Amino acid sequence: MSQQPSLDTFPKYLLRNAEEYGNRAAMRHKDLGIWQTWTWKELLEQIRCYSLGLQALGVSPGDKVAVIGSNRPRLYWSFAAVQALGAVPVPVYAESVAEEMQYVLEHAGVKYAVCQDQEQVDKIQSLEDSLPELKHVLYDEPRGLRDYDHQALHSVSAVIEKGAELYKDQSVVNAWQDGIAAGKGADLCVMLYTSGTTGRPKGVMLSYDNVLISAINGSTFDKLDHTEEIIAYLPLAWVGDHVFSYGQFLTAGYCVCCPESADTIDVDRREIAPTYFFAPPRVFETLLTEIMVRMEDASNFKRRMFRYFMEVANRSGEKILNGEDVPGKDKWLYKIGSLCVYGPLRNRLGMSRVKVGYTAGEAIGPEIFRFYRSLGINLKQLYGQTEASVYVTAQPDGEIYSDTVGKPSIDVELKISDDGEVLYRSPGVFLGYYKNDEATASTKTADGWVMTGDAGYVDDNGHLHIIDRAKDVGKLNDGAMFPPKYVENKLKFYPNIKEAVAIGNGRDYCTALINIDLTSVGNWAERNNIAYSSYQELAGHPSVYKMIEEHVNEVNQSLSSEPQMAGAQVRRFLVLHKELDADDGELTRTQKVRRSFIAERYGPLIDALYSGAQQQDITTEVVFEDGRRGEISATVQICDMQTYDAEQLRKSA
Amino acid sequence: MNKGAALSSGIDTGEEILSVRNISLSFGGVKALTDISFDLLKGEVRAIIGPNGAGKSSMLNVINGFYHPQQGEVWYCGSKRKSLKPHQIAYQGIARTFQNIALFKGMSTLDNIMTGRFTHMRSNIVSQAFWRGPAEREEIANREKVEDIIEFLEIQAIRKTPVGRLPYGLQKRVELGRALAAEPVLLLLDEPMAGMNIEEKEDMSRFILDVQQEFGTTIALIEHDMGVVMDISDRVVVLDYGKKIGDGTPDEVRNNQAVIDAYLGVPHE
Repeated sequence: MSQQPSLDTFPKYLLRNAEEYGNRAAMRHKDLGIWQTWTWKELLEQIRCYSLGLQALGVSPGDKVAVIGSNRPRLYWSFAAVQALGAVPVPVYAESVAEEMQYVLEHAGVKYAVCQDQEQVDKIQSLEDSLPELKHVLYDEPRGLRDYDHQALHSVSAVIEKGAELYKDQSVVNAWQDGIAAGKGADLCVMLYTSGTTGRPKGVMLSYDNVLISAINGSTFDKLDHTEEIIAYLPLAWVGDHVFSYGQFLTAGYCVCCPESADTIDVDRREIAPTYFFAPPRVFETLLTEIMVRMEDASNFKRRMFRYFMEVANRSGEKILNGEDVPGKDKWLYKIGSLCVYGPLRNRLGMSRVKVGYTAGEAIGPEIFRFYRSLGINLKQLYGQTEASVYVTAQPDGEIYSDTVGKPSIDVELKISDDGEVLYRSPGVFLGYYKNDEATASTKTADGWVMTGDAGYVDDNGHLHIIDRAKDVGKLNDGAMFPPKYVENKLKFYPNIKEAVAIGNGRDYCTALINIDLTSVGNWAERNNIAYSSYQELAGHPSVYKMIEEHVNEVNQSLSSEPQMAGAQVRRFLVLHKELDADDGELTRTQKVRRSFIAERYGPLIDALYSGAQQQDITTEVVFEDGRRGEISATVQICDMQTYDAEQLRKSA
Repeated sequence: MNKGAALSSGIDTGEEILSVRNISLSFGGVKALTDISFDLLKGEVRAIIGPNGAGKSSMLNVINGFYHPQQGEVWYCGSKRKSLKPHQIAYQGIARTFQNIALFKGMSTLDNIMTGRFTHMRSNIVSQAFWRGPAEREEIANREKVEDIIEFLEIQAIRKTPVGRLPYGLQKRVELGRALAAEPVLLLLDEPMAGMNIEEKEDMSRFILDVQQEFGTTIALIEHDMGVVMDISDRVVVLDYGKKIGDGTPDEVRNNQAVIDAYLGVPHE
């Protein structure tokens, strides 16, 4: 694969791939139960017609085009079709409710919007008054839209057909190709809005150079080429998906598969068996919980076989994956285990062919991480940011430690500031925040260093450890360090705990709000003949409390064994009566806990945790899927915990 | 083959597609229906409501050909209908769902919906046994229709799941799918939302409206949730003790004194 100097934008890569890989599969989409495939040649043809059609609608260089929906081929085509015209795609989180979308669309000043379906079109149309610049709206799936006014509304198919007509005119096509040739690597490539863990979303501007170089470096690092197949299922607006399913898709020339729907991913993944896989820790946790739940229901023989071989894998699996030496007996047992347990499990997970799998976004529980690696799946951790076009650090093959996020990626410089914050500089560093110079200046220094806002340190092996968000690491009143995420992650490692929020900064002791995992606890309740009619009832059940109490107790023991963290043991906890939900603003769209918002919303509960009360009434407003509001109220029990003295435990041990 | 499309082709949207005229039905001494008349216009959603035991399901069973009334006539697509068996009526383009789900529990969603295509299949047992050729082509064509329905009802994730393992709300959706597979001209839904939670009801309402808009299917439904009925139906007919006590748009029915009495209760002499 010769690297021509002129290959500096994605549309240019599209032209190259059509020439170089012509009849190789470029994209698949499961439609009507069958995987439909486009080759690179066909893909170019579709995108070219689409782009010409968009041009006819008036899309011109510099225009912002919103792309809203799930992972549909045509939405990915939109990126290239828009970029070929010198315009800038702005992917938007499809789950967002209209008000959340309004800010992004207004701020970006979008002139066109490509929507997946009626749901998204409705949202856009409800915002029309506040988007005076919006000219045309496109949609992919026509269902339900037949009776809409089609003055400024077009189906993507119609636009592509229109483009196909224009394609017959050679001068138009030449002009289009000249337009692509005129693109430069320094041009604005895409605008990605941060999910807004803190405050308003910010529009991160990335140039072609940023995304391209990062994508190529990433492929080099993991030796990815045009033979890979991946499944695209993460939000389009997330930088990870943009780099994996678009950036590397075009630069490496591999095949991207779009699932049938959000609910069928597990089945679709099994059918495709991707060779390169990316998922946030949450996905791995859910999969593991499902496996464990199913194993509990399996026959006695299977369960025992599973337990036995998982023990073998636990002992030697990781070492075998790392190429280290293990006792001869384990070598053989692992081979038998591969036949009976690991292989079928990998197949079930759709990971039989995974060359490299990544997890990022949050810390992954060490046990979960080890579980997948011991099955022979090369799962690694990565630390990245939108502002860095993903890659900051990644774990190189053979150097996997579950508590680090790896070494700096190719071309990335890393340093730790005096107050412990992680800083980096790389070719992937963003141009700036759109229309927000103030935020740009406070994040990016004049000589190109970006402040991550994460506290961390580099160990003797050169690996980066992330402790927590720098501003989240607090202190208890007695001066002990309080890293909330560290405590939460320890709690969340238990399959029964879906989400945890630790509180303690500026308080006398540490407490926790806990969310149970309905799948896991529900199954447990069924097996133990515990009747319940709702999430709320199950969450408040005394036996559930008892079980969670055991988990918290173990966490306290584990915290007490680490001298710096011993002070952060959980003194009191409660189980929340409702699931934390992004629709209620308690989680971000990327499913991260919004701590300050929760502190405000559950104020009475938190006061009760520190007042010594044994129970507390609470009423919370909830938002249903369709946007209507309702209230739920509950009396929540509070549980006191034993804490362990760091010194004593060490003595007795 | 299914003659529904051919029969109804001459009827424009908004014209009468089916009417029941002076229907009376009794079981021994029990009068289930007394002198009921109403019509269905092509492309509308027509709700049949009434308190328990009002005769709503009996009415659907008459339209469906399952019951044969002692008196009265059913007119379908412009001509008086002879007394037919239910499967013959299915061939005329009328499909239905049931109050208590009537699916094949051990079969997958896909297979269940496939059974709804029987009125569109010609191949006999011999050609099925040989398989290659016409029978295979027919199956592929029908499978495509079924996949369209699966996508339409957003049940791709349960395509291969035995329906017995599905929650109630989804089973109801599969049943709707099977009825749709017949590509009906007239769709009869017997309490499609019974036992569902708010979210499932909203999904189902949207599917019903989508069916009406996308396929132009005429829909007659029985439903107890008044909010849903008033939201999605074009016209409502109200039965009580086997008699028709109201007929009109949702607003008219809501303000009809006889209907209010039937629901809130007045002493019957």
